[in-house]
Amino acid sequence: MVEVTLWGSLSAVAGGKARHDIEAKDIRELFRKLAEQYPGIEPWIDRGIAVAIDGTIYRDTWSKELPPGAEIFLLPRLAGG
Amino acid sequence: MNFDPRFTGRKFSSVGTRPLRPDGIDKVTGRARYGADFNMAGQLVGRVLRSPHAHAVIKSIDTSKAEKLAGVKAVITAKDLPDLTDGDAAMYDILDNSMARTKALYDGHAVAAVAAIDARIARQALKLIEVDYEVLPHVTDVDEAMNHHAPLINDAIFTEGLEEKPVKASNVTKRTQFGHGDVHKGFAQADFIVERSFKTEQTHQGYIEPHACVASVNPDGTADLWVCTQGHFVYRQHCAQLLGLEASKLRVTSSEIGGGFGGKTHVWAEPVALALSRKAGRPVKLVMTRDEVFRASGPTSATSIDVKIGATKDGTITAAEATLRYSCGPYPGSWAEIGAMTAFACYNLENVKTVGFEVLVNRPKTAAYRAPSAPMAAFAVESAVDELAHELGMNAVDFRIKNAAQEGTRASYGPVYGPIGIGPTLEAVKNHPHMKAPLKANQGRGMACGFWFNFGGQTCVDLNIGMDGSVSLAVGTVDVGGSRASLSLVAAEELGIDYSQLKAIVADTSSLGYNDMTDGSRGTFSSSMATISAARNAIKILRDRAAQMWDIPVDDVVWEKGHAIAKGEKYGNLSALSLKDIAAKSGTTGGPIAGHSELVADGAGVSFATHICDIEVDPETGATRVIRYTVVQDAGKAVHPTYVEGQYQGGAAQGIGWALNEEYIYGKDGRLQNAGFLDYRIPVCSDLPMIDTQILEIPNPNHPYGVRGVGETSIVPPLAAIANAVSNAVGVRMTHIPMSPPRILAALDAEREG
Amino acid sequence: MAGVAVSTTINGDAVEYLCQPDETLLEVLRDRLGLTGAKEGCGTGDCGACSVIVDGRLVCSCLVLGAEAEGRKVETIEGMAHGDQLHPLQQKFIEHAALQCGICTPGFLIAAKDLLEKNPSPTEEEIRFGLAGNLCRCTGYDKIVRAVQDAAAVMKGA
Repeated sequence: MVEVTLWGSLSAVAGGKARHDIEAKDIRELFRKLAEQYPGIEPWIDRGIAVAIDGTIYRDTWSKELPPGAEIFLLPRLAGG
Repeated sequence: MNFDPRFTGRKFSSVGTRPLRPDGIDKVTGRARYGADFNMAGQLVGRVLRSPHAHAVIKSIDTSKAEKLAGVKAVITAKDLPDLTDGDAAMYDILDNSMARTKALYDGHAVAAVAAIDARIARQALKLIEVDYEVLPHVTDVDEAMNHHAPLINDAIFTEGLEEKPVKASNVTKRTQFGHGDVHKGFAQADFIVERSFKTEQTHQGYIEPHACVASVNPDGTADLWVCTQGHFVYRQHCAQLLGLEASKLRVTSSEIGGGFGGKTHVWAEPVALALSRKAGRPVKLVMTRDEVFRASGPTSATSIDVKIGATKDGTITAAEATLRYSCGPYPGSWAEIGAMTAFACYNLENVKTVGFEVLVNRPKTAAYRAPSAPMAAFAVESAVDELAHELGMNAVDFRIKNAAQEGTRASYGPVYGPIGIGPTLEAVKNHPHMKAPLKANQGRGMACGFWFNFGGQTCVDLNIGMDGSVSLAVGTVDVGGSRASLSLVAAEELGIDYSQLKAIVADTSSLGYNDMTDGSRGTFSSSMATISAARNAIKILRDRAAQMWDIPVDDVVWEKGHAIAKGEKYGNLSALSLKDIAAKSGTTGGPIAGHSELVADGAGVSFATHICDIEVDPETGATRVIRYTVVQDAGKAVHPTYVEGQYQGGAAQGIGWALNEEYIYGKDGRLQNAGFLDYRIPVCSDLPMIDTQILEIPNPNHPYGVRGVGETSIVPPLAAIANAVSNAVGVRMTHIPMSPPRILAALDAEREG
Repeated sequence: MAGVAVSTTINGDAVEYLCQPDETLLEVLRDRLGLTGAKEGCGTGDCGACSVIVDGRLVCSCLVLGAEAEGRKVETIEGMAHGDQLHPLQQKFIEHAALQCGICTPGFLIAAKDLLEKNPSPTEEEIRFGLAGNLCRCTGYDKIVRAVQDAAAVMKGA
């Protein structure tokens, strides 16, 4: 079980809640379970969501494991210059 | 990813040195080939017809006269680029931006294109195309576009991210929010509060090379595209999708790139050139003019930002809040969102809230520009921070040090920071001789901090060892500022050989697996990780070949300083084999020796910088002069320090231009008034002093060498540092960028009139 | 339009070409003669990327007509090195990393060569004003000025 925090706009499509407890071993499972619970999140995942695990931002490594007790924070996937 | 990216703290022999770049001779002799320097047999010249209106319905386009002109081989409109985007809204916008489908949405929007045997005929043909427009009311200002009475740019857009679903269409495409804590409570605790509104004008990346490409589509569905781009693999995906080509049959070769800074992350002319070539059955070269680059490529957002920051008497910030409105051009974007994330990233804040609004305007589609969206947010925040320090009677640097984020701080955008460099850059600035240098009359000193995320991403590298022991390194991230030199250093480090034994190239899309673009300061970060991995894979093979040559188990062979060494006393008589020795025998030990790597380089380290600037202001004319400039920035590890300095200096210079001079000026008619380097004036050599740099190295824990991206952060602090310097020089808070002489005079006059 | 026959000297070699009366020298160099070292950054004389020297005078080749080269001596970036021997400015630009993307480099080298021929010991300010007609967006000019200073010192010593 990991505790996941959603950024402000994303929490609006997740029942208005910023914090969620989710049983997920990696980023892929986290996204799948979130989408099952809140179908409104799916288009956001398609557009890109980055996952900060203990402060390190992962944008594409969906196989990244979510260590128990880690700080998990979802962010928009950004564009750069 | 079968690769451990963690920082190891090793000692370096190649990394951190400053060898000459491998592409230097080609570039000083004129031999380097850029976008417009390539030609194909039978090539035609492409030209684009652009809307003179900021907002208009395209009722009809008659191309018949143009088609009849001798020498014209193809004329296309949106009809020749049918919609194949299959519900992908972002791709549809790219398609519509490449060639307007029903409405022209800005001055310069492409509406038709021709391919002819020479430029003269192509230009004549454009004049023969008749477009019947129904001109609509337009809006170009970000604040005006948010007004309820503003002309609607797209009546199918309803603001996303509102608590209640809107019933009316709007020019605001999205609202985003970040933060934590309770700002109301925080402001109630504050002894001092600063609240101000700021504006920044739209600027262009200003790369000296206009967009250019040569496209050739064959009847069998194969195609070639030669193009200046920051990401040839991304261009391939986009063009293949828009043209209905198979990605692997479209070979995209990235030319040398004459500057990009984010502006060459997006296709405009390339799908048009391919469509022209397909229709004409001949290769087409399409080169934008400078006027077209300004009117119809992707400048940055214009912004309007409100900031409120409160602090107690002892200098602790209790709450910080910002509302950020960013123009996106006529298509949705996420530019305010990035501004909202970066705005307060430098600080340790208990209560923080940022709200971003993405705003449609009749201007070109916003594209990334070096740490996109961060400089404007930093301008507003760092100006307010300076003002608050002043009100508290605290030194501006000390106030920032007291409130700076550190390892363990919850970032204003959400997560908790690992090891970061904002504190060290501030300490370095505090102790820098620049801060103690005397100032003369009418001079002011300012400083400011900046933050940028940095990206990683999909990356692929091939390392091939020749039979003579020389090594070629094929990377897929376009070299925009010397990365071929840096990546050669990394390969040399890993293999234990001399830099001169290596040659790095940027491979085309058919020669290497997919790579994300060179954006988000990822080029050296990501490709160095893949290079390390590829080199380690090659070393495995080298050890195996040495074991064969010695006829001993491979487990007894180690790789040290460019040599295979047989480990153990029983091998005392075996002398080490160099990479060259092993390569020479490769033909009979198993064939060519190569190392390959494909990975997602994630875990890019965030980056911070603090800049110091001295400005002299002429109170009679409002003219400004940068007297002295210092950049302090964390590089993680500077692979090639000279090119890291170059990134710091270049970003600072672009920031100086943005702060003092550069802006898009639109007339009441919605047309861009200054689409050229004469009237859109970027800094020239005589405008600038030397730009001092100090490289800090706080290792990124998620890269074997500790590398962070370095390319973008340097443009984040200058707007604020210069605004603070000007404000300190003239005693009036400057709130509108650029601080051109008329704006400074107006601020001074307003102050005199009280 | 009838073409104009032009006989000229480019980098010491006799060259003949036909060009249109309204064709610029830059277009002739790049599109007719294959000398693509001069770059078009603006086409309006504002960026200096197309700098060449005509009869000892530094010009933007986008503002000169191809027909005007008749009987003149044109020097371009392609003629700056002597065989495999780089000009000191070329060498110093590489050594000082005075280029990043390199698109402005040919223009800067031609302008700097012209500057040092007229003023072998320029001050920093003279270098900065001497090169103010050339735009660079990558470097902030710091390393370019240092490369020119160093090249000037080497050339005086030679």
